[in-house]
Amino acid sequence: MRNNLGPVAAVGALVVLGAGLSLALFWAPEDADQGFSQKIFYVHVPIALAAYACFGWGAWKALRLLWTRDQRYDLESYTAVHMGTIFGVLTLATGSIWAKVSWGIWWSWSERQLVLFLVLFLFYSAYFMLRYSTDPGPRRANMSAVYALFGVVLIPVSFLAIRLAENFIHPVVFTREGPQMAGSMFFVFCVCLAGMLLLATALYQAELAGKRLDARVRELREALA
Amino acid sequence: MNGYLGDVAALARTSLLLELRSRDTVPAMVLFVVSALVVFRFSLPADASDLAALGLLWIAIVFTAILALTRAFVAEREGRVLDGLVLATGDRSAIWLGKVAGVLAFLVLAELVALPAFALFFAPIGWETVAAVALANVGIAAVGTLLAAMAAASRARELLLPLLFLPLVIPIVVGGVGASVEPDPGRYLAFLGLYDLIFAILAWASFDYVVAE
Amino acid sequence: MIRARALERRFGEKRVLGGLDLDVAAGGFVAVTGPNGSGKSTLLALLAGLLAPTGGELEIEAERAEVGYLAHEPLVYRELSALENLELYGRLYRVPERRERIGMLLERYGLWDVRHERVSAYSRGMAQRLALCRTLLHGPRLVLLDEPYSALDADGARLLDAELAALAGERTLVVSTHDPERLRPLATGEVALT
Repeated sequence: MRNNLGPVAAVGALVVLGAGLSLALFWAPEDADQGFSQKIFYVHVPIALAAYACFGWGAWKALRLLWTRDQRYDLESYTAVHMGTIFGVLTLATGSIWAKVSWGIWWSWSERQLVLFLVLFLFYSAYFMLRYSTDPGPRRANMSAVYALFGVVLIPVSFLAIRLAENFIHPVVFTREGPQMAGSMFFVFCVCLAGMLLLATALYQAELAGKRLDARVRELREALA
Repeated sequence: MNGYLGDVAALARTSLLLELRSRDTVPAMVLFVVSALVVFRFSLPADASDLAALGLLWIAIVFTAILALTRAFVAEREGRVLDGLVLATGDRSAIWLGKVAGVLAFLVLAELVALPAFALFFAPIGWETVAAVALANVGIAAVGTLLAAMAAASRARELLLPLLFLPLVIPIVVGGVGASVEPDPGRYLAFLGLYDLIFAILAWASFDYVVAE
Repeated sequence: MIRARALERRFGEKRVLGGLDLDVAAGGFVAVTGPNGSGKSTLLALLAGLLAPTGGELEIEAERAEVGYLAHEPLVYRELSALENLELYGRLYRVPERRERIGMLLERYGLWDVRHERVSAYSRGMAQRLALCRTLLHGPRLVLLDEPYSALDADGARLLDAELAALAGERTLVVSTHDPERLRPLATGEVALT
């Protein structure tokens, strides 16, 4: 079953995401306040949710590693965190574009989601620095797993912190009427979300397969040397 | 004192004894924090509010803490003492707790100078700030000690610690500044308490995995 | 007491120890020989539990607190005295009557007179003797020594000879060495790494 998941997810992603985006562009009603630019929402929020899902998956695999000491979970956890970071960067990018299109500025500290992703980006970048500067082995796997768990706990704590910080950072508050989601909008959103999650799955499987192949090649080369 | 707490006490005593012998960490922290406050004085415009200054106090505390944490496992790295301790302790979290006690002591000593210095250079501080600093110390020591052990096991060492630490310290700074600045400090102090509880438990439970294979 | 099958340890891609089978009975004395880089230290670290195998199986019928490990480094705080170091380890290992035991070991290894001096002031030979004290402090059933003779002077070596003779048969020993001849009389088995 594991061998089939990747290609199935890829095809699924293509179909579902393609459908979702088409629906978003052509079929979903335009938002009364923001007009066409609101449609970035159908891409931005699913990407953000996919990022959370990846970080959560990475933390789950990390927990499995610490629990069973089975080294194979290290690669899976790392790949999930990597995927999450990529989607995180995309969240920041799409969020920034949306801000520029909506209000004419590239960044806003009143956007909690965006600020949260900035903090997470810094955190998970440090994750990669940790991996990069430690020799591979059970030690690195353990430390990465612990750090990944810290990350997932940081998500709600940071969000709370950001909300509390708004009081004294005194941002210029741009009110974005969170889309009063008409039924049709919600439907398109769900389709896009499903498509994005399938895309994340497909990319995750692809990267995992690639890395495993890499490791196998290196092992063989070592054995032959 | 027997058992686990006895181990913790012995390890904490060792940390303090080492510092007493070498006397390098705490004086450096004190000098650093006072110098930082002076630099901040020059970097603030004349009409800057007391609130802005309090923000800078928290920055000074965080970076002074990083100084302490960078040195937290240096003595154990020389001669691979950490391996010896890992072999000797039944529950490795005792090593963490002993170290945390040491780091807390250093932080308090540095802050005994820093807070009066701040009051002298900038503006008087209220009980909320002191309470916030006390709570923040726990979070900083708990998380920082774990991360210091991670950094010690890597090749990058001192370079890695700030990178790992700063994202995790953001909530502490928010809680601390909020408690110092806002009219209702209770919320922020409660938040700091929550952070301490969650991350201290997490660090305590995961330290074993960081130092042993 | 020790059973290893196809024991393997990699560092990154580099395989330092591979496909090792090992059986050590309780009370046995195994000498581990081999050129530099053959994995002697790695094997001992694996047996001590400091490293986890990256492949194969390893079973050791001894608790962590029953194992004594001597590494290349002394594993003691340089800025503390011999007494302070052993006090700490004695506390952590829950050594009964630790004052007496520490005193006895320090005396046996000729460190009693310098017990209050910092380890940083010791010679290499003295530090190695202290490391031996640390290793044997808690009366371990399984004693792992990584090239114990390497830093010792003639006196220290003689002390170690006597100690090994006393331990052989009573405890299980695994000792790595460049000089197998020295251990031949006592050893019940030899493992040669390549």
